[in-house]
Amino acid sequence: MNAAGFPLLSLLTFLPLAGAVFILTLRGDDKAVADNARWTALWTSLIVFVLSLILWFSFDKADPGFQFVERLDWLSEVGISYHVGVDGISVLFVLLSTLLTPICILASWDTIQTRVREYMVAFLVLETMMVGMFCALDFIVFYIFFEGVLIPMFLIIGVWGGKRRVYASFKFFLYTLLGSVLMLLAILLLWHRAGTTDIPELMGYTIPPALQTWIFLAFFASFAVKVPMWPFHTWLPDAHVEAPTAGSVILAGVLLKMGAYGFLRFSLPMLPHASADFAPFIYALSIIAVVYTSLVALAQEDMKKLIAYSSVAHMGIVTLGIFTFNAQGLSGALFTMLSHGVVSGALFLCVGVLYDRVHSREIARYGGVARIMPAYALIFMLFTMASVALPGLAGFPGELLVIVGAWKINPWVAFGAALGMILGAAYALSLYKRVAFGAITREDLRGLRDMSPREHIVFAPLVLLAIWMGVYPQSFLSFFEASVNALVLRHEAALAATRLAGM
Amino acid sequence: MNWTLALPEIVLALSGLAILGIGVMPRQDTYFASCMATIGAFIVTGALVLGAPEGTAFGGQIASDAFARFMKIFTLGGAALALALSIEWNRTEGIARFEYPVLVLFATLGMLVMISANDLMTLYLGLELLSLSLYVLAAFDRDNPRSAEAGLKFFVLGALSSGLMLYGMSLVYGFAGTTNFDSLAEAMATPANVSAGVIVGMVFMIAGFTFKVAAVPFHMWTPDVYEGAPSSVVAYFATATKVGAIAVIVRVMVGPFGSLADQWQQVMMLASLGSMVLGSFAALRQENIKRLLAYSWISHTGFVMMGLVAGGDAGLRGVIIYTPIYLIMSLGAFAVVVAMRRQGRAVENVSDLAGLARTDLGMAVWMGVFMFSMAGIPPLAGFFAKVFVFKAAIDAGLWTLAVVGVLSSVVSAFYYLRVVKVMFFDEPAGALDARPAGASFVMASTGLFNALFFLWPAPLVAAAQAATAALLR
Repeated sequence: MNAAGFPLLSLLTFLPLAGAVFILTLRGDDKAVADNARWTALWTSLIVFVLSLILWFSFDKADPGFQFVERLDWLSEVGISYHVGVDGISVLFVLLSTLLTPICILASWDTIQTRVREYMVAFLVLETMMVGMFCALDFIVFYIFFEGVLIPMFLIIGVWGGKRRVYASFKFFLYTLLGSVLMLLAILLLWHRAGTTDIPELMGYTIPPALQTWIFLAFFASFAVKVPMWPFHTWLPDAHVEAPTAGSVILAGVLLKMGAYGFLRFSLPMLPHASADFAPFIYALSIIAVVYTSLVALAQEDMKKLIAYSSVAHMGIVTLGIFTFNAQGLSGALFTMLSHGVVSGALFLCVGVLYDRVHSREIARYGGVARIMPAYALIFMLFTMASVALPGLAGFPGELLVIVGAWKINPWVAFGAALGMILGAAYALSLYKRVAFGAITREDLRGLRDMSPREHIVFAPLVLLAIWMGVYPQSFLSFFEASVNALVLRHEAALAATRLAGM
Repeated sequence: MNWTLALPEIVLALSGLAILGIGVMPRQDTYFASCMATIGAFIVTGALVLGAPEGTAFGGQIASDAFARFMKIFTLGGAALALALSIEWNRTEGIARFEYPVLVLFATLGMLVMISANDLMTLYLGLELLSLSLYVLAAFDRDNPRSAEAGLKFFVLGALSSGLMLYGMSLVYGFAGTTNFDSLAEAMATPANVSAGVIVGMVFMIAGFTFKVAAVPFHMWTPDVYEGAPSSVVAYFATATKVGAIAVIVRVMVGPFGSLADQWQQVMMLASLGSMVLGSFAALRQENIKRLLAYSWISHTGFVMMGLVAGGDAGLRGVIIYTPIYLIMSLGAFAVVVAMRRQGRAVENVSDLAGLARTDLGMAVWMGVFMFSMAGIPPLAGFFAKVFVFKAAIDAGLWTLAVVGVLSSVVSAFYYLRVVKVMFFDEPAGALDARPAGASFVMASTGLFNALFFLWPAPLVAAAQAATAALLR
């Protein structure tokens, strides 16, 4: 049995699904069903969040192994079991998912008025898939959750999205599916060779270096699309722009992390040689992503698109950090993933607040919002600053660590990442300036209401986190220290072993 | 002689005759009663199949083993559900005649014989009983020119393929000197006995089989027949009969021709590649949902054959898992097709489903489940079907097949998604009529199976494992 004394992770994974089934059984007139669906979804996700706090408090930070492990026979004939657990790398992402879901549901409270029941079901199913994916310790189970995300997200973009929602949802689905099926083949190959799909067992299985290259490329096809890395990022701006606000929040907050998590969980520990061989290639793509998409972001006229491109840039920092293979880089990458989850999620919510009132995402449509909505302007500024990695806010510790880690590899790589930070400041500040400051050019903006109490509640936890992560990053870093160190040691040992064998 | 081995077939045949007898009594409408009696006969036969002993009977003509049991159970189940779907449909279309369930019964009987066949003669007997019943069924809406055309087309091409197969069988018999599967397998195990004549005969038989399972290059009849034949009939022969066809092709290729695997593998591989690619691309532009499902089947048949080409324990297990899962998802999809009716008229275009999620959420959700399942998206059942055949292909080192397979499954995902898009994203095009009870039942039961399969996949996999073991004994 695990530390919680009951199957905590399964409960976290499947409780939202139970809520979804309950919502589907609701009967009555449309309005009553919509209200009940909202409240059920909110309570379910809040209960899941509260339960997930057990992870925060009773996770043993000194243990680099998997905790809260559960194992059930599932497909014992072919050696697949339902195996879940969390380690320092995944535990905070479970918490991030369980935190963002109630926030998303609350953020959609008034903005989603059509087909509320289906919307809430989609979000709860999505939560199941996300939590399950971060907990999975069996490759097939992982793949099921990893791919299962596509169905609710496809519907969320396609049903409640903007004008080009059909195009965006198809592009999102087919693009990610194409990457994932290649990964499936690699998983099956691993299963064929190692005779198991159990992730901890596979980590102990040595794959011949020649084969590692192929498996790495197959994994790369899936994860690079999901991250997304340049040049596989083109689905992201479309999906972000067309998705409803909460969909963008989940997409930026959690789904993008799946790709980076995949690199950390599979590529690095299972394919050390291929990872080392491909590292320069990843550096190049990451730096191009950081610089190029930052420049593209500068030219955007649409707020959501701008933030979408900034996400690609931030994820470039993450992939760079992952492939430095040192403790600073990896910790920085993990921290950046978390902070980006909070900050970019919050930025999409900020855009959503304006969009709900004006129904435009065009930057030029705004100006002088700070004078009309002072509370909103303050929150928006906080997250803009966090996004440009202002010291003291969430974005800074992660990016700093990645740059330090990159410096150890090659100062020029670190320079590329730092260049991204500067450009990041340029586009984020110009976005903020054009929206919040300046003269009020549009008269209809004067009538805008400032944030409602519901919106304050939505932002409160994110504001708190953004400051907490900036001021005292150690309370987050301490979670993954042990796991990251173990990962680095394993990686070095694996490389050293072949070097010895080669001599 | 152990005639009890054939007890299920005997009981089914006798019930068919009995229902026929009741049907011709000219007093009142016996349609509903004979449908129910047929479903009852299927259930009784199913129970007998479960309890059937193992072994061979009638001088080695018929064999009963775990593989036959597995396939028969799903054939009977599929036939019963397909018949449940058609009861209401036929009545609305004015083709509610008692011959309908009787023909379905005899077609199913033909399949049972075919699945149990342990001799080329029995095989052909069962196959023809199935085919002749199907030709009549395809033309069952005899006043409708489309249905008549479908029946005729099906008959002409089906007869051609039967002829090809019979010719192949005669060559095999002529050169190998036996029609019994066990003796054939024994003879083929000695390379000296494998003459060119046997190989040519085998290839003719494969051509006949690929025609029956609608694999490329013998697939052309499928979309036309699906489109023209009454939907209730298509719901039967797009689902239940596929189980029989796959069962027999597996039995023959693994049994008598098992040691010639390196001869037929390439043929099958080409058929598999062609089916996956053609099925995926040709369906992209289909507007008619029955044609779309026809091409969808063609691509699925490619996946099934991938498992057969991979062979061995894993490959056959993949095929045996794929078959019932396909059966169940396509039954569900055809339940939706049968329920598509607007102001009393059957409609069958994808666009007729527009906005279904607003007008009938339940049906839209089930159809969504079937489409995602057919596309092989986890956690639905279709994903597991695909995983097992891909695993087998990789175990056997068939990388071309596996890569083409996954890529064509991405292509095919597009048209499945298009159906979902039409149902969920588009504006309603007017509500469909209320669903018939039979369709609702089939939709809900198959939908639940597809959605919840992931919770407890072990029983099906274990049963498939037992069936594979029986096949490879």
